[in-house]
Amino acid sequence: MASIQMDDLHKVYAGGVKAVTGISLDIADGEMIVLVGPSGCGKSTLLRMVAGLETISGGTLRIGDRVVNNLEPAERDIAMVFQNYALYPHMTVFNNLAYGLKNRKMPKDAIDRRVREAAKMLEIGDYLDRKPRNLSGGQRQRVAMGRALVREPSAFLFDEPLSNLDAKLRVQMRVEIRQLQKRLKTTSLYVTHDQLEALTMADRLVVMNAGRVEQVGTPMEVFDRPATVFVAGFIGSPAMNMIDAAYLRETGSADDLDGLPHGTDLIGVRPDDLLMTPPDGPHLRLAGRVALLEPAGAESHIYVALDDGDQPITVRVQGLPMVEDGARVNLYAALAALHPFDRVSGVRVT
Amino acid sequence: MVENDRWGMLLSHLVLILGVAIVVFPVYVAVIASTHPPGTFVRGVMPLLPGPNALENYRIVISEGRSTAGTPPIGGMLWNSFVMAMAITIGKLSISILSAFAIVYFRFRFRMFFFWVIFLTLMLPVEVRIVPTFEVVADLGMLNSFAGLSIPLIASATATFLFRQFFMTVPEELMEAARVDGAGPMKFFRDILLPLSVTNIAALFVIMFIYGWNQYLWPLLITTDPEFYTIVMGIQRMVTGGESEPLWHLVMATVVLAALPPVLVILFMQRLFVKGLTETEK
Ligand SMILES: Nc1ncnc2c1ncn2[C@@H]1O[C@H](COP(=O)(O)OP(=O)(O)OP(=O)(O)O)[C@@H](O)[C@H]1O
Ligand SMILES: [Mg+2]
Repeated sequence: MASIQMDDLHKVYAGGVKAVTGISLDIADGEMIVLVGPSGCGKSTLLRMVAGLETISGGTLRIGDRVVNNLEPAERDIAMVFQNYALYPHMTVFNNLAYGLKNRKMPKDAIDRRVREAAKMLEIGDYLDRKPRNLSGGQRQRVAMGRALVREPSAFLFDEPLSNLDAKLRVQMRVEIRQLQKRLKTTSLYVTHDQLEALTMADRLVVMNAGRVEQVGTPMEVFDRPATVFVAGFIGSPAMNMIDAAYLRETGSADDLDGLPHGTDLIGVRPDDLLMTPPDGPHLRLAGRVALLEPAGAESHIYVALDDGDQPITVRVQGLPMVEDGARVNLYAALAALHPFDRVSGVRVT
Repeated sequence: MVENDRWGMLLSHLVLILGVAIVVFPVYVAVIASTHPPGTFVRGVMPLLPGPNALENYRIVISEGRSTAGTPPIGGMLWNSFVMAMAITIGKLSISILSAFAIVYFRFRFRMFFFWVIFLTLMLPVEVRIVPTFEVVADLGMLNSFAGLSIPLIASATATFLFRQFFMTVPEELMEAARVDGAGPMKFFRDILLPLSVTNIAALFVIMFIYGWNQYLWPLLITTDPEFYTIVMGIQRMVTGGESEPLWHLVMATVVLAALPPVLVILFMQRLFVKGLTETEK
């Protein structure tokens, strides 16, 4: 168990690529932090810097009370779960789990006890004598987890551990990993680009973009009050609609845009917050035509082309609405549900 | 399988049988020839059925050799060949697997330079560098010794290259997982890379052993003492050494015996690499 402190971490790869540019983050003991961001934003790089698999080009990294910048991975007391599991193909499941313990010169009976304990926890006790190639993807995933568990490390590091599983298994493992983590109270750093995973698993979410942190907060904070246009567009599916405030002023479709903070020139509104009937209180109204109705089971997405608007607006409604392609619709959103941004800096206006 | 019809089957079997026959026929002739008395060959016709002299011929080859031609009994020569081939094989394998390991897993200065230097030596087999190599070996006093027989043949660009290619297919994450598990480089090499390379090692072992076993020019050049004659040289001496006609029946018996150890090595290693082929797959 330990906290992790990142202080202005930088990473410059040999070729000159700046993958991480000044990240500071305090992770409390027992906390589950999820790193999300688009491909190439430096999530894996940051994780691997914590693991000790990449050198740290600048800044200080502490695990527990120690500065670990120059320690080997094994000395950092962390365990890592890899995307491709990275199980040792020639070793049985038992030996895969035991290898790290053997290297630490742990007595044989203690190894045996720990491995069996972890195997029981992950329900892989029946496969201990098998080689990884004789296991299904889900079972391999569990073995990879087991290899991290037996070490009883002070932190778990996960790099997209579920991305090779099918959708159903992914949900199941997601729940299991989260339960396990809560039970063991081990500090965890979890990289994913699946935002559902991110929102459901995290104690705190770290949204990254181009080597920097855009926002840190609980999933609800990040979802309810995205700090930047980038976060607003990245978290939430379908993505948040962005509407030019000038357009709204021209069309005169809002009761009172002055209710929004001063300096707002870009307005975000989530597809769920657009209604077909006017709400009570101050709201804005958008008029347009249905470009496409997209039923998606329990909900439907309506793409609406606004009159004189450039990009279509997405609306999410429950069930199947009674509208047809090409029909004229009015959309309403309460002013309280709007997200005000500054267009140039991309920062939320408060 | 492309086709499953009768004619396809027949044709493919025919081709295979023909191929096998072409390969096996000379071996068959050698075995048959080694069972005939000396007189048979003077007529210039190769017999195709076994003769009565098998035991006698092999007894002579094994216990007496052919003193008139200066060839000792075959046992010693087989042993010499075996030691030389093993030394070459083991030497080649250990050096090349270690250099491949260094080249793939360590970032040191001039890494690629060294790789290309090793690669270039592919162009310099023993036959090309034989005179300078002889000079060096002679100066080091290694004529007529096992060291002289094997050491100059040990460097192997081919094996280094093959191991390098194999190591590059091993996922990098395996090495990282091992690092996190507390295995240093050599431990990673021993516990993970080596077991994963068994198939490759077995295959190369066979190739290298046969390469070593078949060495002819080099042993011929640096051994003058019958103590260190190898079996391949022995065959040559038997054919050319005597003042009379070559004693084909004895030559053939020697040939058959000389071919046995490589066959045994293949049989033994084959189990290993068939096992490896079916088991290493992730
Ligand atoms: N070994 C390397 N050498 C040079 N550049 C690298 C190296 N590894 C990664 N990069 C670069 O660093 C940046 C961040 O890469 P990283 O792997 O951390 O992204 P990521 O957020 O994990 O992306 P993904 O979601 O696709 O896994 C990328 O631009 C990538 O091209
Ligand atoms: Mg990544």
